[in-house]
Amino acid sequence: MIPQSSLHFLTLRARAEDPRQKSLVQNVHALGISSVRSIKVADLLFLRDVSTDEFSAIESIVAEPLLQMVGWNEEPHAGVVIETSLIAGVTDPVANEFLRIARKMGVGVTDALSGCRYEIEGNPTPAEIDLIVRKLLANPVIEHWAINEPVQPSFASDSAASVSTVGEYLLTHNTTDAELQALGKERALALDIEELRVVRDHYANEGRPARDVELEMIAQTWSEHCSHKTFRARITTDDGSVVEPLIAQLRRTTDEIDAPFVVSSFVGNAGIVSYEDNITFAVKAETHNHPSAIEPFGGANTGVGGVIRDVIGASHQPIACTNILCFGPSDFPVSELPDGVFHPQQIRAGVVAGIADYGNKIGLPTIAGAVLYDNGYIANPLVYAGCIGIAHEPYVVEQPQPGDRVVVLGGRTGRDGLRGATFSSMTMDATTGDVAGASVQIGDPIVEKLLIDVLGRSRHLYRSITDCGAGGLSSAIGEMAEGVGARVELSGLPLKYPGLAPWEIWLSEAQERMVVAVADTAPLFAACERYGVECIDIGEFTGDERLVVTYEGTTVVDIDTNFLHDGRPQRRLNAVMPKPDRSPMSDEAFSSVFGSLDIAATTLRLLAHPNIASKESIIRRYDHEIGGATLVRPIIGANNDGHADGVVLAEPLSSSGIAVGIGVNPWMGIIDAGRMALAVVDEAMRNVVAVGADPRTVALLDNFSWGDPQRPTTLGELVAAVDGCCQAARAFGAPFVSGKDSLNNEYFGSDNQRHAVPPTLVITAMAHVPVADAVVTPDLKQSGNVLILLGRTLCEFGGSHLAMLNNVAGGVVPSFDAKAPQRYQKLHEAILNGDVESCHDVSEGGIAVAIAEMAMAGRLGVEISVASSLINDWWYFSESCGRFILEVKPESVASIRDQFGDDAQIIGHVVNEQTVSLVNGQSLTIEEMLTSWQGTS
Amino acid sequence: MSVRPTAAILVAPGTNRDRDVALALDLAGADSVVVSISDLERDANVIDAAQMIVIAGGFSFADALGSGHVFALELEMLLGDRLQQAVSKGRPIIGICNGFQTLVRMGLLSNGAGPMALDHNESGLFDCRWVTLQPSSETCVWTKGIHENLECPIAHGEGRFTADAAVVSRLQSSDRVALRYVNGNPNGSVDDIAGICDESGLVLGLMPHPENHVVPRQHPKFLRQSHQGLSLDLFRNGVTHASA
Repeated sequence: MIPQSSLHFLTLRARAEDPRQKSLVQNVHALGISSVRSIKVADLLFLRDVSTDEFSAIESIVAEPLLQMVGWNEEPHAGVVIETSLIAGVTDPVANEFLRIARKMGVGVTDALSGCRYEIEGNPTPAEIDLIVRKLLANPVIEHWAINEPVQPSFASDSAASVSTVGEYLLTHNTTDAELQALGKERALALDIEELRVVRDHYANEGRPARDVELEMIAQTWSEHCSHKTFRARITTDDGSVVEPLIAQLRRTTDEIDAPFVVSSFVGNAGIVSYEDNITFAVKAETHNHPSAIEPFGGANTGVGGVIRDVIGASHQPIACTNILCFGPSDFPVSELPDGVFHPQQIRAGVVAGIADYGNKIGLPTIAGAVLYDNGYIANPLVYAGCIGIAHEPYVVEQPQPGDRVVVLGGRTGRDGLRGATFSSMTMDATTGDVAGASVQIGDPIVEKLLIDVLGRSRHLYRSITDCGAGGLSSAIGEMAEGVGARVELSGLPLKYPGLAPWEIWLSEAQERMVVAVADTAPLFAACERYGVECIDIGEFTGDERLVVTYEGTTVVDIDTNFLHDGRPQRRLNAVMPKPDRSPMSDEAFSSVFGSLDIAATTLRLLAHPNIASKESIIRRYDHEIGGATLVRPIIGANNDGHADGVVLAEPLSSSGIAVGIGVNPWMGIIDAGRMALAVVDEAMRNVVAVGADPRTVALLDNFSWGDPQRPTTLGELVAAVDGCCQAARAFGAPFVSGKDSLNNEYFGSDNQRHAVPPTLVITAMAHVPVADAVVTPDLKQSGNVLILLGRTLCEFGGSHLAMLNNVAGGVVPSFDAKAPQRYQKLHEAILNGDVESCHDVSEGGIAVAIAEMAMAGRLGVEISVASSLINDWWYFSESCGRFILEVKPESVASIRDQFGDDAQIIGHVVNEQTVSLVNGQSLTIEEMLTSWQGTS
Repeated sequence: MSVRPTAAILVAPGTNRDRDVALALDLAGADSVVVSISDLERDANVIDAAQMIVIAGGFSFADALGSGHVFALELEMLLGDRLQQAVSKGRPIIGICNGFQTLVRMGLLSNGAGPMALDHNESGLFDCRWVTLQPSSETCVWTKGIHENLECPIAHGEGRFTADAAVVSRLQSSDRVALRYVNGNPNGSVDDIAGICDESGLVLGLMPHPENHVVPRQHPKFLRQSHQGLSLDLFRNGVTHASA
């Protein structure tokens, strides 16, 4: 026992108003609680084994006296007091850094832990206090708290040791299905009965019991998250036909397109492309949906960290990050939230802060993204994180060779993230937030930055590399040992705190770790020492095709790597294909559904729609400038407040670059998943072509967030979407190079209602920008210039924002335009030719919104001049595919018309007057449009 | 042709704009070497070989315990008074963003003026946006002779220059306010201060990132023919002084 007297805590308060206080009070009021006047915030630091004569030395370490006041063991002032402290083992950079520097400076202290104290002034009821704590101040996944009494700090070094004996389960041919299911439930294996039977038979044939760690490892390896069972499944549709496995369709499409710039696709951690000799790019996007639902900051934070490691694991130096976020509506009533679900505003705040924290600290520009809002994301928000990397040497993939050492480097191993892969493959319920605590963690971007420093430019130091993601060492070493075999000893691994059982070490999903196969460890270890990266040799690749894991010499895993990777039975699934109505809408039908529209007022309402409205308040939280290579930024225009279609990265001294664009439209997906897929590939293509990328060089990523594939209609939508992806890829000659699926994005609330996300396919397009100086942005440049519409506008409103605004369900989803690929190529040539002053793709909200966005971004007006006989009300708002609006100089009009013929239509011209004038005599001022578009949030 | 001076770019775990500033120095005519904490632990003398010293931006030590604070404590332990000695030898020093925060924490900029700090932005938020800077000191070797405004981005959450009125007035009267925000103060800094220098004029600390505007194409309005304020001159000044 440590005498209580040696435990001290200090409070750290801002002298001026702490910026957290204002936003906390706003958030309390947003919960509908008006009885709170103010909340004072103080940081707490609990310290063990310090003596009072070291207080002043400690103060000089933790505080800036001009800005902060330090108190020691200070009683709370008044009001309702809530104290929080981190749960033992949660990443605590403040405490860790304090301990490190304090020891270096000779201050004696054994343990430190951070917390927070909130003093609430006002008269909240106990129920209101409980709501404030749970919704705003503490997350049970990472913190404990106490109300009106001191919180008890729990130090990781005190945490109880886990049982370290190896458990065994005897499985024979006589083991019944019921027994197997009980076992699956006991160990949360998330395997179905067919898979459990294969495991049983394997061990029955081996003639020995299954070790608990082996079962955990099989469960991880065979999880939906790691093995993509649905994408590899044998799927039978409702007309009795069997479709080619989805992953095979995508791969075959890529193979048949046979694009010269694809270096590697659908293998390893990321897709690899090359546009110039000796330069390759790695590109990857991932989801981190379930973790972000229960701990928004940590979930998004580690999502970013994970996808960056994918790029490091592809031997590329990360250069930029992207993200696509889907949330519930910000104005959703608190009282209607399902149990255990955070309010969308709080999820958004946490997710954005988590992304900003990781990206800004690791020093990568966060350049592209999208934010979508829908009721379908209330309980199951979606967080897609992407990363792009560069390498300046030939891309070589090598397998570990017998005799290579198994080296782990980076962060320490703790209990964090246990069973993340199986967790992410299960449907969430109201208790998930409580039981899945160990599945979430907070990242440490600085450690990962050091990994980039060591590995990003040291390809010669190792033979092969894999990141530790879902499944931890089990998955990373398991993958690398496939067909080779490895023998590793776990007891030497640096741990965050003692007491971990072997299975916990083997399966820990502690962040910021990489595994490398190395023939000669000395040069790598020397590089690690210089950068302060921990590394350890834990064993070797053997050549016997078995994976043997020992802990202090005792075998905890001994498994045939072929069984591990190829033993899983193929899933058999049934799909009911969607049968969407694709008959075009007539003018009369439009009028009867939408009534007579006030074009100007509708445009303003569309501009204010959360999906269309300005995202500036989020974009500015991310450093998009670092590296100096963000040539077309996410935010552009005369006042730097417009939004770009795509972004372009070009090194400051390089004559070329790459463009990145995103396509996503779940509302079309609900109605017609096949057409949706074509439409979002088309949108991603438009976004890169619009900024100056060559459409012949587009590489695509597919990221599917879907509901439960066991539901035949849900699976049918997935089958239709994959088919749409393949059709679109072929039409554009744009191959998929990597992808990821996140299924089971569903939620059972305590209301027993099943909540599923809308079918959300995110397409990321990356392409070559051959001439960096020729890039184009959508902000209008000069009065007198002419606006030209490219492409055809049809009366198609399924999934459109006009339909959403008017609560119109169904309808026909926009069709793919077979002429689009040819159009995009011509547009690219016109851009290179200098004929295009600005360019904007037409998407959400249609032509009206596109023109408004160009006008606002350039602070210039537009006079729309199309013969009113040629257009109908729907012309303004249709979201038909394949269209752009160009701004061209008067002298370039002839050249554009020559190239595009009837495909190009003059629709107006740019004026200095700060007004957009419509054909019907209505007009909108830039100011009123900005007021709607920028709103207050 | 004159010999290119060498700049030591001091980095800690979490420093992340070292490559950006290395490019700026290269274009301005200096070579650079990156010097890490572990390099200094091995041999702190490496710093003495450099003709100029740069503390680059980032999140040294994750900004745990306050921005730049742990880096400052480390440098004090490792370097002793080597930075002051460099100043006495006439060597220019620049700290950008986290480097500015570090220099302030080390007290290298407060001599003759009094206590100062960089607080959370007035908005309470990390902010990434372009700003316009007016060079306003002829004492500062980095800004003297620059009469046109500079334009470059900020990317920080704690950049609000804070000092009491007497300190600010001493900085003003001794021509040590090197850079001021014009056309908008992004973080609530007193007197719109974006950067200050020490008494000698050799040490400049600033929150914005001039290293991210060293070629014209980096300006966000390079397609609008309204781009200006290339910030390379700031580095050219430092390099010229280091070469003298």
